[in-house]
Amino acid sequence: MYDFSFVKPGTVADAVTALASEDAQALGGGQTLIPTMKQRLASPAKLVSLTGIADMQGVSQSGGVLSIGGATTHAAVSAQAGGFAGLAALAGGIGDPAVRNRGTIGGSLANNDPAACYPSAALATGATIVTNTREIAADDFFQGLFETALDEGEIITAVHMPIPEASNYQKFEQPASRFALVGVFVAKYASGVRVAVTGASEGGVFRWSEAEAALGANFSPDAVSGLSVAPGDMIEDLHGSKAYRAHLVKVMTSRAVAAAG
Amino acid sequence: MTKLSMTVNGKPVSGNVEGRTLLVDFLRQDLHLTGTHVGCDTSQCGACTVHVNGVAVKSCTMLAAEADGADVATIEGQANADGSLNVIQQAFQDHHGLQCGFCTPGMVMATADLLKNNPTPNEADVRHHLDGNICRCTGYHNIVKAVLAASGQDVDAVAAE
Ligand SMILES: Cc1cc2nc3c(=O)[nH]c(=O)nc-3n(C[C@H](O)[C@H](O)[C@H](O)COP(=O)(O)OP(=O)(O)OC[C@H]3O[C@@H](n4cnc5c(N)ncnc54)[C@H](O)[C@@H]3O)c2cc1C
Ligand code: FES
Ligand code: FES
Repeated sequence: MYDFSFVKPGTVADAVTALASEDAQALGGGQTLIPTMKQRLASPAKLVSLTGIADMQGVSQSGGVLSIGGATTHAAVSAQAGGFAGLAALAGGIGDPAVRNRGTIGGSLANNDPAACYPSAALATGATIVTNTREIAADDFFQGLFETALDEGEIITAVHMPIPEASNYQKFEQPASRFALVGVFVAKYASGVRVAVTGASEGGVFRWSEAEAALGANFSPDAVSGLSVAPGDMIEDLHGSKAYRAHLVKVMTSRAVAAAG
Repeated sequence: MTKLSMTVNGKPVSGNVEGRTLLVDFLRQDLHLTGTHVGCDTSQCGACTVHVNGVAVKSCTMLAAEADGADVATIEGQANADGSLNVIQQAFQDHHGLQCGFCTPGMVMATADLLKNNPTPNEADVRHHLDGNICRCTGYHNIVKAVLAASGQDVDAVAAE
């Protein structure tokens, strides 16, 4: 890891100012960024830690919406998001306990790893990603592998998720990395069902619209049994072929519906 | 260089570190607390697990500067005041929860973290909680036994896998 300077501001405004300098980068829990810097795939001149900003911590609920501070750890979401059980379970299944004690929701969404868990919840709930300058709809936020709508130096300060009537996340774990080989988040609302898939596609997290339509008409595990996902866009690596991942998307969706009840 | 101070195993310590100094390097190289091990340095193995403000973290994946002002606990602070092994350490010895011992400091710290929040875990809880701690010797079975024994439960009930 190349050396850098380190600052830990106490407010969003001070963090934004600190991030304005050249080659400055935000540091959340460091569970992705520190390993990346060790490999010298990133070499910022300055790290601006967001973990000392009280306004970016914690989970609250009002009017059917769960609000999560951008620097809230996975462990805190798992413990505090009781009003949205599907999300609490997702957070409690990320990585391992030590990763969950440091890693943050803002870092996970900003990183947009194609195998990360949170992007599926954000997309399936139609979340609003709040930054220091604007609000971004989840449908516009994720823009492909490791790509998001965030501008240089923009900070995710909070995430607002409409709480579904029923929801569940099914993760087919890749046991070595502990990330999702395929993960599916199903969220049922009065207005319809949203299904978001992570881990599977070369384009990153995506909504499976055929399943959404089928489940909107009939919210049961069998509703997706006649559907199939085109394997063309799926990821292929030593852990699974395109066809294997395409098949898993369907199986995980069906399991998520069964578990959501 | 950044000046920092923290409490490690109940004692105040301070030092000067580079931005990039990892917590594990500060512990091992500056404080000479070499009980915390580096197994992978890629955030995978958990050998470097310590507690920061009461929760388990991978000290190879946290900057020392980020722990400024924190309360840190390492394996060196785990023994009883009279120097005898604490209940977790003793259970690892009694149940052969280690062979080479390289993973053991991290296992003990992860176990302490588990038992603090869940004093009587079942076998599945133990395996889930130790997900991030890799042991290449024991096959985990005796580690799970040791953790259950440390929580005061009957270990004969654990079936071999
Ligand atoms: C062993 C292991 C297993 C893991 N397993 C899983 C898993 O199963 N599922 C999963 O989803 N993830 C997994 N992760 C990743 C983990 O969830 C990370 O915590 C997460 O991807 C990044 O969050 P962070 O807070 O650590 O961000 P950092 O590593 O600090 O930052 C990541 C990126 O986001 C930027 N950033 C950070 N915070 C913000 C913010 N608030 N606003 C804007 N930009 C920001 C940083 O500049 C950087 O580019 C795993 C990690 C490890 C080490
Ligand atoms: S040395 Fe830190 S996780 Fe392996
Ligand atoms: S006892 Fe050797 S690695 Fe666990």
